[in-house]
Amino acid sequence: MRKIALLTVFAICLAMILTPTAFSARKTIIKIGINAPLTGDIPKVGEGSKYAAMLWLEDIEKAGGLEVGGKKYEVELVIEDNESKAESAVKANTKMITQDDVLAIVGPQSSKQAVPSGEVANKYNTVMISPWSTNENTTLDRPYVFRGCFLDPFQGPVVANFITDEFAFTKAAVLYDVANDYSKGLAEVFKAAWEKKHGAGSVVAYESFTTKDTDFSSQLTTIVKSGAQVLFSPQYYNEVPLIVKQAKNLGWKGPIVGSDSWGSAELVSLCGKDCNGLFFSSHYAAAGAKGATKAFIDRYEKTYGYIPDDVAALTWDALKLAEQAIQNTGKITGKVAKDRTAVRDALAQIKDFAGITGNMTFTQEGDPIKCAVIVKINDEGQFEFYKSSCP
Amino acid sequence: MESLTEYVPYIIQNLINAAQRGSFYAVISIGYSMVYGVLMLFNFAHGDIFMVGTYIGFGIATLFLAVFAGLLPGPLIFIATVVVTMFLASWIGVFVEVTGYRPLRQAPRASAAITGLMIGIIFETGILILLGAKRLSFPPLMESVTYNVGGVYFTNVKVMIIIISLLLMLALHGFIQKTKWGMAMRAMSYDFLAVPLMGVSINIIAPLTFAVGAGLASVAGILYGQAYPILDPYMGVIIGWKAFVAAILGGRGSIKGAALAGYLLGFIEIFVATIFPSTLRDLIAYSIILVILTFRPRGFFGMEHSTKLRL
Repeated sequence: MRKIALLTVFAICLAMILTPTAFSARKTIIKIGINAPLTGDIPKVGEGSKYAAMLWLEDIEKAGGLEVGGKKYEVELVIEDNESKAESAVKANTKMITQDDVLAIVGPQSSKQAVPSGEVANKYNTVMISPWSTNENTTLDRPYVFRGCFLDPFQGPVVANFITDEFAFTKAAVLYDVANDYSKGLAEVFKAAWEKKHGAGSVVAYESFTTKDTDFSSQLTTIVKSGAQVLFSPQYYNEVPLIVKQAKNLGWKGPIVGSDSWGSAELVSLCGKDCNGLFFSSHYAAAGAKGATKAFIDRYEKTYGYIPDDVAALTWDALKLAEQAIQNTGKITGKVAKDRTAVRDALAQIKDFAGITGNMTFTQEGDPIKCAVIVKINDEGQFEFYKSSCP
Repeated sequence: MESLTEYVPYIIQNLINAAQRGSFYAVISIGYSMVYGVLMLFNFAHGDIFMVGTYIGFGIATLFLAVFAGLLPGPLIFIATVVVTMFLASWIGVFVEVTGYRPLRQAPRASAAITGLMIGIIFETGILILLGAKRLSFPPLMESVTYNVGGVYFTNVKVMIIIISLLLMLALHGFIQKTKWGMAMRAMSYDFLAVPLMGVSINIIAPLTFAVGAGLASVAGILYGQAYPILDPYMGVIIGWKAFVAAILGGRGSIKGAALAGYLLGFIEIFVATIFPSTLRDLIAYSIILVILTFRPRGFFGMEHSTKLRL
């Protein structure tokens, strides 16, 4: 009995001694995690992220790997589905960092998942770039967390200014989802910006609902009655058609303006003609794009059969940023913790990065300084560039 | 201070909104109540049966619109869609009863409740695998026209939803009161043990109850698709729970109560959201229901089941 016990202990010790050697003997592979909502409320966002990542990987593979300091490394994508839920996104990040040893994470896309996931990435000292999350808290006090898009404190005033300049309205209504960080944050920023311009009480209706609600009739009735001239609704593309249709049925005549969460390829197919003529702020407009942006759009459309939305373009930029940062580190040591810190430092140093959604330089907080675009949904249901607004 | 008359169109507008919302709760909660009446169990898969019914309705509507658009008048396509969907969806009800609940008829009630939840998840995941996570948009079966009467806005779709729901409930009432099947159901809900001795087979009445409930839910689904045209595999969950609340509020097993409580729930939800900040809607709406149930635990029309014995 004692012999067996001793033998077991010996075997375990041997295994422990041998493991690191076995580990270091393996070839170093650069792993990039993708944390995306493949199922759940906004599956099209997840699909766009995944496809953009696959195109990026294709380029790397064609070049024979990612070159860092004169040596080529094989790249692997670890794609995790966060089901569009905050808790699943946190779990996915934890898994990718602790089990899969990813070097950097791209995603999650929406703030609802990116805010809590950023905490995990920062805690484990792993770079996380959220391509699409515009909520301030995603990167706040988190040196390891970056983003590829502008922020809500920027987007809110952009929309308020645009409506004022375009229509000369003074009374606005807001309808938002109280259970969603993104929607709630942007609604608050917009309200503050609007009231600063037009005086206290100029947001005449400030109505909310909860995620998964389908009936907005009582809120919209109140909005119609309030005498608002414009309705601002920073909702996801799956809720927009319901809001637009119900508003029309309840006698709403004014314009409805949205935010970057409207910019999905699926919006028009869900909404039909009802959404034509509406405006929203976004990161890029596919119709009328030039240069590298056009090349990306054409390639994406050829491969997957539809024009990529802003999430796909931003994911592409985020991956390019990660690639640039990894290359700038100069060498990969194979010790993942050390490499992760090197990537973070390199990423924070990047200046004037030419992305397909605009040039980027990071602030202290890891937020890029870049321009916003006002998109109009034209009569053919395409997203048309209408105006540009830079900080 | 605005004069009170200015509020009249606003209140009427909200009443119409509430009537539409309440119609869905009413029709769906009847399905809960009927099953409870006959088998003394709550079919927690009912919300997801509603969801599957909506997807079937979507498929049939898309098919019929593709084949018959232009050939047949609009209302005829609508009626055909409703009839075919009802027929197909009722088999989902039968399927759930036969595979899910029948083997557990002698098992403790908790097992049946858990089975219901499980069947619901199977349906959700099944639809997700079958059709992908992509959202679908329910095709409009009729041109929506908005009317404005003295500042109150309503569409023909809204009026149709309310009227069809009421007609469905009247038809069901007739079925239960006037037909032999209906009589058997009523008898079964009165005494679960004695009725089989009279030669009425529970193995026919139980699936029939499920079929009728699923058929009603699928029509509610088509109407739902007209009012809120975005389909989602998880759309049945919340509406299912709310209809369940309505069934409890109306009195377990009472169809009249379920319909009434469905409308009441719709009214409470809409008016709470109108008067209070909409953030507080669910909190206040369900607190009201909790208070009602504290004073009337059996619901509005619930009967005492003291004579029933479960072996």
